[in-house]
Amino acid sequence: MNTLTNAAAVADLVPLPPPETPWQRLRREFFANKLAVMGLVLLLLAVGVAVLAPWISPQNPYDIGKLDIFDSKLPPGSKDAAGSMTYWLGTDSQARDLLSAIFYGLRTSLMVAGISVTAALIVGTIVGLAAAYFGGWVDALLMRIVDIQLSFPSILVALILLAVLGKGVDKVILALIIVQWAYFARAARGAALVERAKEYVEAAQCMALGSTRILLRHMLPNCLPPLIVIATIDLAHAIALESTLSFLGVGVPVTEPSLGMLIANGFEFMLSGHYWISFFPGIALALAIVGINLVGDHMRDILNPHNAH
Amino acid sequence: MLAFIIRRLLQAMLVMAVMSGLVFLGLYVVGDPVSMMASPDATELERDAIRANFGLDKPLLEQYAIFMSHAVRFDFGKSFLTGQPAMGLILERMPATLELAVVSMLLAGVVGVPLGIWAGLRPDALSTRGIMTGSVLGFSLPNFWVGLMLIMVFAVYLGWLPASGRGKTVMLGPLDLSVLTLDGWRRLILPACTIALAKAALIIRVTRAATREALPMDYIKFARAKGLAWSRILRVHLLKNILIPIVTVFGLEFGQVVAFAVVTETIFAWPGMGKLLLDSIITLDRPVVVAYLLLIVFFLVMLNLVTDILYSVLDPRVRLQAAKA
Repeated sequence: MNTLTNAAAVADLVPLPPPETPWQRLRREFFANKLAVMGLVLLLLAVGVAVLAPWISPQNPYDIGKLDIFDSKLPPGSKDAAGSMTYWLGTDSQARDLLSAIFYGLRTSLMVAGISVTAALIVGTIVGLAAAYFGGWVDALLMRIVDIQLSFPSILVALILLAVLGKGVDKVILALIIVQWAYFARAARGAALVERAKEYVEAAQCMALGSTRILLRHMLPNCLPPLIVIATIDLAHAIALESTLSFLGVGVPVTEPSLGMLIANGFEFMLSGHYWISFFPGIALALAIVGINLVGDHMRDILNPHNAH
Repeated sequence: MLAFIIRRLLQAMLVMAVMSGLVFLGLYVVGDPVSMMASPDATELERDAIRANFGLDKPLLEQYAIFMSHAVRFDFGKSFLTGQPAMGLILERMPATLELAVVSMLLAGVVGVPLGIWAGLRPDALSTRGIMTGSVLGFSLPNFWVGLMLIMVFAVYLGWLPASGRGKTVMLGPLDLSVLTLDGWRRLILPACTIALAKAALIIRVTRAATREALPMDYIKFARAKGLAWSRILRVHLLKNILIPIVTVFGLEFGQVVAFAVVTETIFAWPGMGKLLLDSIITLDRPVVVAYLLLIVFFLVMLNLVTDILYSVLDPRVRLQAAKA
């Protein structure tokens, strides 16, 4: 009896720290990895630059009137003809300030990737959930379509689609959605099959709730975390795919160049030694992709139940 | 086994029929190929003559039916652009692409498998973290970017290697190969490295995961208890057991490389079938595009089939079932 009260007294004196919420654990584990934090900084930087491009660019690179053709292909650090402005990263063949072009290019690249991944996530999740929930021939049909689509390299499918659809930012976005939804459908189906076997779904069915309600209000929230991780990593994939398509000349139009198109524009001058026209947009592209991957990779590690401590 | 193969082949036929129909329709909607073929000042009469010559004056469904009836006899029509048989054009370019793909995959395997095993054996070493970070870069950076950087460093800055073309080739039977000449290698090595970097990154990941899974197994412990040398355990016991996932990745990725070669071939001006596809898409050369897709679908399905059959050769525990296909 005596020892028990003593123990209670000690517990009173040293209050236990409040239990860690899942959110706090996530944050702690995320910031424990220096590479992931670095990736997050890169990602935030890229997003910040993309959003603020019209306000922080030294020059509007698509205002033809402002460009002076005598300034074309200047090496990094040159001054413009009037001597009032420095081209820190040089200029391209049309005398555009490369730094500004990169800011705007990042804007197009991230926008295309962001919209297409979000839409593919939504479409894929709905298809995957429906396949898992209804089963039977619906499941078989949907998953066969997914299988067939995934057996083709995404670049090939996108290339053919764009050949049919033509050029344009909206068309690139559509092509990227069509190429990517299948990944999400497969992942969502996998997650939903696990959830469907759980008792809360059975309970909801016993209460005679409609299938739409069970799918969206009960199963969906439980399936989302792994899908969001896939979406993060897929964002990098989408950026790479879009830049590849634009590099090949079937992507975004000249009026809204993405990083891939800037690189393609500089490619022909690379062999003559004007390396910077391709090099700096290339570095920007690589940093954005690497940043997203570092964040996504680590997120996957900490959200994976097998690795939970 | 036979039922399994037949089932797969029938599946391939179905996919090929659907694909060709979709692409046929799609490219029909896009534009009039006659505008590409006729000279700008051709009269309407001359245009009609071209249309009639290629059978473009018939309704779409009839065109498709004619195309398919020829296709089953391995006649895929003539290129709108050059008038040569479409399949002949593609097959002419195929050795270049296949050579590039084979060399790239071998390179990726030679680099990827040992590094993957190393990373699997020493999960916490500094070198492993380096390898794994490198592999993240390897498969997340776009292919064209890597090619660009290689050109910048080795062709422009150092000037060691040429940046484009295929160089001298030597005919070996029906194939013209560039691996037999020094000039061929000098031109092959940059595009091959571009592809190999991405594929090696993937192979490292797969090999590492498989190694980590196999290491705690009893047969490894037993082999060590017998006092076998590590090198023998790795070569005989470990490698044999981790081969299945590696072979799968190899098979699937080889298909991807052949199809994905579009990008690498464009950068390095490699005269393969990927470059031909891109050019044909841009010029609306429908027969070539459709023929290419049919060939690629057939190739991918065959590759999957061979990979699956290889399983049962590598691992007697795997039995192929017709129902599973």
